[in-house]
Amino acid sequence: MTALLPRRGLAQILALIVILAVDRVVSPQFFDLRLQDGRLFGSVIDVLNRGTPVALLSLGMVLVIATRGIDLSVGAVMAIAGAIAASLADSHGLPVVLAAALGAGLVCGLWNGFLVAVLGMQPIVATLILMVAGRGIAQLITEGRIVTFSSPDLVWLGNGAVLGLPVPVAIALCMLILTGVVVRGSALGLLIEATGGNARASELAGVGTRAMILAVYVWCGVCAALAGVIAAADIMGADANNAGLWLELDAILAVVIGGTSLFGGRFSLVLAVLGALIIQTMNTGILLSGYPPEFNLLVKAVVVLAVLLLQSPKLTGFAGIVARLRRTKA
Amino acid sequence: MKGLPPVLITAIVLVAGFALCAVQFPNIASTRVVGNLLTDNAFLGIVATGMTFVIISGGIDLSVGSVIGFTTVFVALAIERWGMPPLVAFVAILALSAAFGAAMGAVIHVFDLPPFIVTLAGMFLARGASFLLSTESVPITAPVYATVSDFALRMPGGGRLTAIAIIMLVIVIGGALLLQLTRFGANVYALGGSRAAASLMGVAVGKMTIKIYMLSSLLAGIAGIVFSFYTSAGYSLSAVGVELDSIAAVVIGGTLLTGGQGSVIGTFLGVLIQGLIQTYINFDGTLSSWWTKIATGILLFAFIALQQGLVALARRPVTKSLGAAT
Repeated sequence: MTALLPRRGLAQILALIVILAVDRVVSPQFFDLRLQDGRLFGSVIDVLNRGTPVALLSLGMVLVIATRGIDLSVGAVMAIAGAIAASLADSHGLPVVLAAALGAGLVCGLWNGFLVAVLGMQPIVATLILMVAGRGIAQLITEGRIVTFSSPDLVWLGNGAVLGLPVPVAIALCMLILTGVVVRGSALGLLIEATGGNARASELAGVGTRAMILAVYVWCGVCAALAGVIAAADIMGADANNAGLWLELDAILAVVIGGTSLFGGRFSLVLAVLGALIIQTMNTGILLSGYPPEFNLLVKAVVVLAVLLLQSPKLTGFAGIVARLRRTKA
Repeated sequence: MKGLPPVLITAIVLVAGFALCAVQFPNIASTRVVGNLLTDNAFLGIVATGMTFVIISGGIDLSVGSVIGFTTVFVALAIERWGMPPLVAFVAILALSAAFGAAMGAVIHVFDLPPFIVTLAGMFLARGASFLLSTESVPITAPVYATVSDFALRMPGGGRLTAIAIIMLVIVIGGALLLQLTRFGANVYALGGSRAAASLMGVAVGKMTIKIYMLSSLLAGIAGIVFSFYTSAGYSLSAVGVELDSIAAVVIGGTLLTGGQGSVIGTFLGVLIQGLIQTYINFDGTLSSWWTKIATGILLFAFIALQQGLVALARRPVTKSLGAAT
């Protein structure tokens, strides 16, 4: 557990607790839970459920950012996967639908990874291509319409329950554990961090940096596709125009809040997911407090700035002084 | 000679594309269509000019679309609800957007943060602020707007060169001169080439960073005013995604996203290529508008791959001669 949750997670956990406390003040029923038809209901469950797409995206994004990259195309990949899932849902079984949608995410990830790792393009530029074109491709698949479906299997994926938890939350949890075991249970995580820390030095030290970079973009694509399928299953339809719109920014924000530097290197999966939950808790809090949802963007902007300033290299000197003062006092 | 070959390629693509369109639809080759092309893309041309400076200096500005949205809402409310004379409203919003850009530049420089994430925060901030002002579309009925919208120079062949198209052309030409002929422009290239080297050469890096983002936001403010002329309304959701269109135009125009190379004229050609794709799709009638996005994506890929190839070619002789020397 210590490997998954380093000491630096304290700030994020405190932030989440503070925001939860504010939510509790705003809405006294915030922590109420009730069991109905084998599924838990309540604001907290709602936060988890609504936060799932961004949490899934941030799982892939954090690995990409750890290699000093960025993936702007995840929102567009969500739209593509959602479009594929929705158009196949009523004519094929769930395994085929999932395989097709996740396969599309895999191909998108391969494309991004190929551009970055093999052609050596800047990640922002390379993934910008799919960000622009991807939504167009999704609209080609849905032929510009909003495709709805009624396949009970796929709907279950968005609205069902497992052991009381909504299925999306259960899926996100499984993905977090799976990614954690694969990345931290082996040397992979270390190699990814090495690639982000200094790609050239790692290459010389024998790390297959190209393979690492390719792998993280593929994983990011698959996570995005899964998020897209869940988002489509949730509303029982695919809207190529709006599915996953601007979620790439939320995912990057979640990773940054989770303390992973945009300059690559050390990363934490758990904290990235925690970042996604912090964002969603804020959103839900603003909704519950009765303020118009337009406040979301302003609050988000302030949070980004605060987190950035805390991480700024210029300010760490200041933080060091504060820490030293404290130590002398104690 | 900076960045000339890529610009030449952009120009060839534009001419070839225009010729292809003209062969299929002879009506495209008229001053009417060209006039509309300039009018419809006026705000994009202005924003992309500012984006060119930012990208050549090695940065990126994601906030421009939101600044345009904020400007349209602010101008509409100032004129219609708060009773400001239009000119005063324009001056106020331009000062406000310039200050906004300067603040972003200052944060980027002082705290040594990536421009990507700082301007992302700026994007949230500006869009959120415009939502706070008004979430509905506010029509503008001031007489100035009718006068400006009606004003146009007649071109031979019946085309109309509208006021906003003229504003855009003036800004593009002004931007090109500023970039190529002034010390400021030379410093922009120097920053993009190498921040450390520029600083050692005596470029005031902090001041330059602030000025560059100020220029970009100021031009976004002007683009917002032009956009409000274009739609005669202020709406907080207007110009969503324009930052992507303008980055695409800059890249298609041959500017290196790593900075240090590029030109305003190339960006202008990039804007025209995007407009041409849109016009072709409108003329065709059977193609859906989402083909615009796919075509833009393909063009983006082609140009970036091309740049990648050019950069690789430029590097090769150096390593070879080094190899020979040792």
